Amino acid sequence: MFDVLAIASRNLLRYRRRTLLTLLLIVIGMLAVLLFIAVAGSFKSMMVGQITDSVLGHLQVHRKGYVASIDNLPLNLNMKPQMVAKVEEALKQNPAVETWSPRVKFGGMFSNFAETTSIRVNGIDPAREAATTPLLPGRMVDGEKAGALVGRGQIVIPLLLARGMKTGVGDTVVVVATNRDGSVNGKTFVIRGILEGVTGPGGRDGYVHIDDARELLRMTEAEVSEIAVRLKDFSRLERTNGQIKQALEGLTNKEGKPALEVHSWADLSPFANLARMIDLMTLFIKIMLVSIVLVAVMNVMIMAVFERIREIGTIAAIGTPPSRILSLFLAEGLMLGLAGTVTGMLLSLAAIFGINVWKPTFNFGQQQNLVMAPTIAAGDVLTIAALVVVVAVIASLQPAWKASRMDPISALRHV
Amino acid sequence: MGLVTASNLTKTYRVGDIDVPAIKGVNFAIAASSFVAFVGPSGSGKSTLLNLIGCLDHPTSGTLKVLDTDIATLDRRAAARFRGENIGFIFQDFNLIPVLTVFENVEYPLRMVQLDGNKWPAEKRRARVLRLLDAVGMTDQADKRPDQISGGQKQRVAVARALVSQPKLVLADEPTANLDHDTAYRILELMKKMRDDFGTTFVFSTHDPKIMGEAETTFTLEDGRLQNGGSHV
Repeated sequence: MFDVLAIASRNLLRYRRRTLLTLLLIVIGMLAVLLFIAVAGSFKSMMVGQITDSVLGHLQVHRKGYVASIDNLPLNLNMKPQMVAKVEEALKQNPAVETWSPRVKFGGMFSNFAETTSIRVNGIDPAREAATTPLLPGRMVDGEKAGALVGRGQIVIPLLLARGMKTGVGDTVVVVATNRDGSVNGKTFVIRGILEGVTGPGGRDGYVHIDDARELLRMTEAEVSEIAVRLKDFSRLERTNGQIKQALEGLTNKEGKPALEVHSWADLSPFANLARMIDLMTLFIKIMLVSIVLVAVMNVMIMAVFERIREIGTIAAIGTPPSRILSLFLAEGLMLGLAGTVTGMLLSLAAIFGINVWKPTFNFGQQQNLVMAPTIAAGDVLTIAALVVVVAVIASLQPAWKASRMDPISALRHV
Repeated sequence: MGLVTASNLTKTYRVGDIDVPAIKGVNFAIAASSFVAFVGPSGSGKSTLLNLIGCLDHPTSGTLKVLDTDIATLDRRAAARFRGENIGFIFQDFNLIPVLTVFENVEYPLRMVQLDGNKWPAEKRRARVLRLLDAVGMTDQADKRPDQISGGQKQRVAVARALVSQPKLVLADEPTANLDHDTAYRILELMKKMRDDFGTTFVFSTHDPKIMGEAETTFTLEDGRLQNGGSHV
């Protein structure tokens, strides 16, 4: 094997310029793929982090049918205290769950006593909400970021609403809502802070204390619209989602059907489509890399066989077994792939390191100066590396096969 | 019984729809340790005959036995193995491998052709190559590449390569055609010396009347037929 590799490496060095050009193509391909995976991956993680850590949480538990009619924020699909207790028990039992936050959600009218507009109100337990969505306080553009997000009698409103209604921190406003029985109730709040949206100034979500929400809706018991769940390890999302679904399967309604539904952030956010698009683009870039390596290596190997026909005839005539002739050319493809992979990998890792040192910033919606910190998993690097090497060997297979099947007499006569 | 025996041997090539006979029912026998030349003008069938003896081609009809093996029974893989173990080749254009040094070119058959690695361990292999290089007077050029030596030196290396695996038969197709007269004679002298030293049978082809006189046995081919009746001396 060593002999085959030694001869293969010398044959590659024989046509230095051509080998270098082929290597360059492989290296550029690898660089493009690994950098894209690292940058797009970090962008995706950052955005997913923004969405899960400041709004949605990693998972949400609702009563069956709630998500289908979530635009109406139906109060008749809230979870009763007994049901909430069972959900909390199931969450407590799961070691992957870090914390959770119960929310009461409803639609209401927001008034500054002169004008009125609609608002989606989230009644939250400030401490538990901050633990479940730790980036939420950071979205406060006006008002004290420190301390509880909202206290009793306070409201945090979205930037869009504050601008439109010309209200600011410290102003008194009134929120009017219709409860489940159809009676209209109102409650005054003092504006505690103003929040920017995750993806821009849009969004009509305000936050009040959960007890104020229940009071406004005149709930007789501690109902909950949704429970947002935060996991210890985001990478275990799918598995934990399944486990929680399984744990809650036993809770059925009067018809004997599951009474609850569990959704991951991806089921609830349109950004999941963008994330899927990034994954799709990554796949296309990988396909491009495979094509580049395939064409580049196949081209160089076809040339190598064509230029060495007499040499192939000679080694075949003196008794070199066809399998060894095959391995000689496969080894050239393998070494091209390996050299390109190692160089491409080192350059890509250096580039990723360089970007992390440089720390370029970018804006995403209202999020200013987000630092791009590309990272790439060792698994991704190894997968791409293995892909390039395997494709390089596959690309040399046809020329190598042709060389091994060559008739020595015709090959020796070749001019 | 000869080392090589041919009986009513024919070889016909098909070119388009036409059958072109290259060898027409020849009979001959070549004794072990002999120094034999196939001579004749271009197109007389010399190279075809050497290709058949070298198991590079199959006869159309008749029998050709090399070392008691009917070469018609050898498939591609078996033929390669048979050549590697029993036959050495010397080519008109030397055909050394350009990326290997002189030493490595001579060593090549022992490393890449012989599948039985134990037969030629590194030390034994090195000793064998050095002995051959010494025999052909190329020891001091061992580290040079083929493009750094002359045509005569290349053919010396080719002779050493042909003999390194101790074959019983060496076939040389026009081995002196690309050499000047003096060098050609020196190569023939070298081949004879190798025959004397190692007992190897040398069979070569030539169309040069001066060179053919160096052979101990000469078979004259004309239009695919042996003119001297195929006898051997």
